Amino acid sequence: MIYREAGQFKTTYAADQAIFPIAQDRVVVALAIAAAFLVPPLAGSEYWLQAVLIPLLIYSLAAIGLNLLTGYAGQLSLGTGGFMAVGAYAAFKITTAFPQVNIIVVFLVSGLFAAGVGLLFGIPSLRIKGFYLAVATLAAQFFLVWLFNKVAWFSNYASSGTITAPPRTVFGVMVTGPEATAPARYVVALTLVVLFALAAKNLVRGRIGRSWMAIRDRDIAAEIIGVRPLRTKLLAFGISSFYCGVAGAELVFLYLGSAETLAFDITISFLILFMVIIGGLGSILGSFLGAAFIVLVPIFLTNAPHALGLSVPVALQKQVELMIFGGLILFFLIVEPHGLARLWQIAKEKLRLWPFPH
Amino acid sequence: MKVRGFLIGLLAMTVAAWPVAGAWAQDKTIFIPLFVYRTGPYAPSGIPNANGFQDYFNLVNERDGGVNGVKLVIEECETQYKTDLGVECYERLKGKKPPLVNPYSTGITYQLIPKAPVDKIVVHSMGYGMTASADGRWFPWVFNFPMTYWSQASAFVKYVASQEGGMDKLKGKKIVHIFHNSPYGKEANPTLETLAKQHGFELTLLAVDHPGQEQGATWLQVRRINPDWIYLSGWGVMNQVAVKEAASKGFKMDHMVGNWWSGSESDVVAAADGARGFKSMTFHAPGAGFKVHQDLVKHVYDKGKGATKKDLLGEVYHNRGMINAMLNVEALRTAMLKFKLKTPPASEQARWGFENLNLTEQRLEQIGMKGMMRPLKVTCENHESNGMAAVQQWDGKQWKIVSDWIEPIRDVVRPKLEAAAVEEAKKLGYTVRDCSKEK
Amino acid sequence: MSLLYAVFVAPFVDMATAPAFFVEVLLGGVFAGLMYSLVALGFVLIFKASGVFNFAQGVMVLFAALTLVGLMERGAPVPVALVLTVAVMVALAFAIERLVLRPLVNQEHIILFMATIGLNFFLEGFGEMLWGANVKRLDIGVPDESFQVAGVLVNKLELSAAITAALLVAVLAVFFQRTRIGRALRAVADDHEAALSIGIPLKTIWVIVWAVAGIVAIAAGVMWGAKSGVQFSLSLLALKALPVLILGGFESVPGAILGGLIIGVGEKLGEVYWGPLVGGAIENWFAYVLALAFLLFRPQGLFGEKIIERV
Repeated sequence: MIYREAGQFKTTYAADQAIFPIAQDRVVVALAIAAAFLVPPLAGSEYWLQAVLIPLLIYSLAAIGLNLLTGYAGQLSLGTGGFMAVGAYAAFKITTAFPQVNIIVVFLVSGLFAAGVGLLFGIPSLRIKGFYLAVATLAAQFFLVWLFNKVAWFSNYASSGTITAPPRTVFGVMVTGPEATAPARYVVALTLVVLFALAAKNLVRGRIGRSWMAIRDRDIAAEIIGVRPLRTKLLAFGISSFYCGVAGAELVFLYLGSAETLAFDITISFLILFMVIIGGLGSILGSFLGAAFIVLVPIFLTNAPHALGLSVPVALQKQVELMIFGGLILFFLIVEPHGLARLWQIAKEKLRLWPFPH
Repeated sequence: MKVRGFLIGLLAMTVAAWPVAGAWAQDKTIFIPLFVYRTGPYAPSGIPNANGFQDYFNLVNERDGGVNGVKLVIEECETQYKTDLGVECYERLKGKKPPLVNPYSTGITYQLIPKAPVDKIVVHSMGYGMTASADGRWFPWVFNFPMTYWSQASAFVKYVASQEGGMDKLKGKKIVHIFHNSPYGKEANPTLETLAKQHGFELTLLAVDHPGQEQGATWLQVRRINPDWIYLSGWGVMNQVAVKEAASKGFKMDHMVGNWWSGSESDVVAAADGARGFKSMTFHAPGAGFKVHQDLVKHVYDKGKGATKKDLLGEVYHNRGMINAMLNVEALRTAMLKFKLKTPPASEQARWGFENLNLTEQRLEQIGMKGMMRPLKVTCENHESNGMAAVQQWDGKQWKIVSDWIEPIRDVVRPKLEAAAVEEAKKLGYTVRDCSKEK
Repeated sequence: MSLLYAVFVAPFVDMATAPAFFVEVLLGGVFAGLMYSLVALGFVLIFKASGVFNFAQGVMVLFAALTLVGLMERGAPVPVALVLTVAVMVALAFAIERLVLRPLVNQEHIILFMATIGLNFFLEGFGEMLWGANVKRLDIGVPDESFQVAGVLVNKLELSAAITAALLVAVLAVFFQRTRIGRALRAVADDHEAALSIGIPLKTIWVIVWAVAGIVAIAAGVMWGAKSGVQFSLSLLALKALPVLILGGFESVPGAILGGLIIGVGEKLGEVYWGPLVGGAIENWFAYVLALAFLLFRPQGLFGEKIIERV
């Protein structure tokens, strides 16, 4: 009844192809973004911002990046951690060499570096596909992490070998470094993720996105209708790595504060891939939902016994938590293999008919 | 469709039932969070360590009625040795106003060092973490007594010299450092390199990538070099494999010395008899033969409050957990005596307690730890204190101290450390403080 | 110039001047390679028969080893413990088929892959809850000693592991080629629907293949566990098997063996002779780069099937 598109007539192609063609969607998204900007910084505790929401936003950004590559262009990649590391180390090198450059600009430029590296490691995709490609991208993962670990230049010859986010400001507000408040970091992360999510949404409805999907669905057919696989696949790798690179820079600068290469090891690549699959391949919203699932469920499971007043030994709790988490993944896949985004879609379709489903 | 409906309902409930972090009011007890790793790949070291902490804090509550009459309340938080989980634990528990944290992972320590002065919580990384933070002029909130990795490496070289018959005998000797390829593993490298130059021994650095399950190539290289001594900076499965490889390749086990995170009961279990003779550095004695253990049995275990089994007391990591807890308690006690407190010390006061900790032989005897550890004294400048190391050896059944206490080569380590502190502090935008103005 | 010399000449001079050591490096590579193959075999079996890229294979290795050692610690004699462990792995195969594979039949490969990740988490928690997280010693009766043959050091444990791996492969090869079930397995691998239509029960086949993979996991767990002690890190072994898989092909048993050998020998040679040039610890990525370079010229791997459209 409320969610009804009847009566919304599109008179131009542009309106028909808009990012959010339904008026209610536009309102809901605008409200959600406004709420995301206002509520947590004003009402959220530091724990919520620092330990939950900021990583959630950063992982979402990386998941969007991987979703462009895996969900839209159909190229399975396990090099995400490596590309994020490129972004992080590039941002660190740039901002220590040119402290006067705005940190947001630094993030974007380091994303470009990651994109370049992504292009390079995307080359095997021209020859191989599927799990072979996934395992091949692991070469990027292991090599890049080894490189940053081995070459001291990347960490400015720090005796500890770790990179530390120096204090930087945006419009006079401290956003990185130990003095930066959690709300300030949160707003920066949110702004970036909102902008990039809209950009991604825009990208996938246009020519580029369609050529990606054509390659994903049937590469030979795509080639015949004039999609060039070389350019299309490499572009997917480049843009995806750009997103991952920015996310990697944010991970160090906005969330962790300092990091060694271990922060970008293989587990993070898998983690982001889980997010994409659980959330829904080929869905921007799914990237957010998947990230929320992977970040929130373990925290929820950790806190649940406390909230219920149960005192469980931590080891047992963690083991049960792992079992429940694994079980939940299986459960979700069995009930809805197309991810959380699909659940949302079904909910939307029901809403359309509500309250008269027949 | 029904299942889907259920699923959507479940999601909604999850969101609704989210636990709200409650306010925490307490002024009668001291809250200490314990970051533990009882699960995951490093659990074999994490479990005895966490039990040691638990036991000693319990002992203080049961035997002494708390610290200066104020009881300790502890809460464990599982990190699995992962940095992000550690950060989550810290953010969750810092609301309960702990005077200190023991991060128990180098990665987590690096996360907490910048936060410490902002949140005003002392970070005590005992024998791990950032070596440079031992310069208290730059890092007032971070402590790593009784020793740092660099001091440890220098003590190892001194030990080798003493076995070979003097520092001048080091010339021409071949020493191999096998290290975990991470910031932790690399810590000892600069010190060893400096000393190699000074004393003319041949140093070869062999990195082993995480996790270190397969070290075939590394040990082939060792076989070719045929070193006189091996120094091992490993962690987790890397230690067990290294000890096993050394034993099966026929290397003289008593010429292989682990650092203090590479010498525990679980590190020798895989190699069994082959590990006999393997040595490691330590800053406290292993074994359950101290008075504190009798106290522990009497006041804690006989009341059924023990964290582990009685026969596991005296394990290297259990003792290390106890030592760490003891240092925490003694620092807090120092603060409470100074400020005449019958309530938990405020954060600045707790920091003062750490900085002015003077653990005497007498005090060690009072708490039943005489001979288990050297006395130590922390100062404003020197947050690693004047601690000393010793070498322990696995005799096939248990670890035993086999050397005297070794004074690190401080005149080599300290200048390097101060230079590194300037570097690290500059990154964080810190300013130096004048220790002569501190009381 | 000196760089070129260091990269292209010096290592070979080095090999030629110390032939005994060179042989030792090769042998080390062969042994390590067979150990990788043991883990890779489990992947191949499952992928071949059900098209599932089983991420949980590493955890199955851990779970099998933990169960075996756990039973032995509780006083079961070795043969009894072994039989019981096999029973546990078969039961696990039944459970997986019933609870995971059957509801997900006909789903895309990546969904099945994700399901095995869920399985991975579950088994990780379950295994540790059941058997604890301590390092456990696994004594398989082979002394971990070395003997010298013409100046070459050979380790008895590694040798017996290699023999085990070779035997296992031989048995599997016979099983696949000669037995009725083996033929059915290959039929299913070729074409699910065609196999179904001629009356091969798909569900039974899946249970069998997961059970066989479980048994291979026991072998891998025993061999690796004897080396490092049975502990949580065994689950990370999966990562060591992946370059072997791309090199050998996901669907080929001999490929897993040969791929393992090439990776093992390649990474040992690389680490010992070229590693020092760049500071060492190159083993991990070197294996992948080796596999990747190979793949660029032969995308289907050594013995992989020509069509690799699967995603």
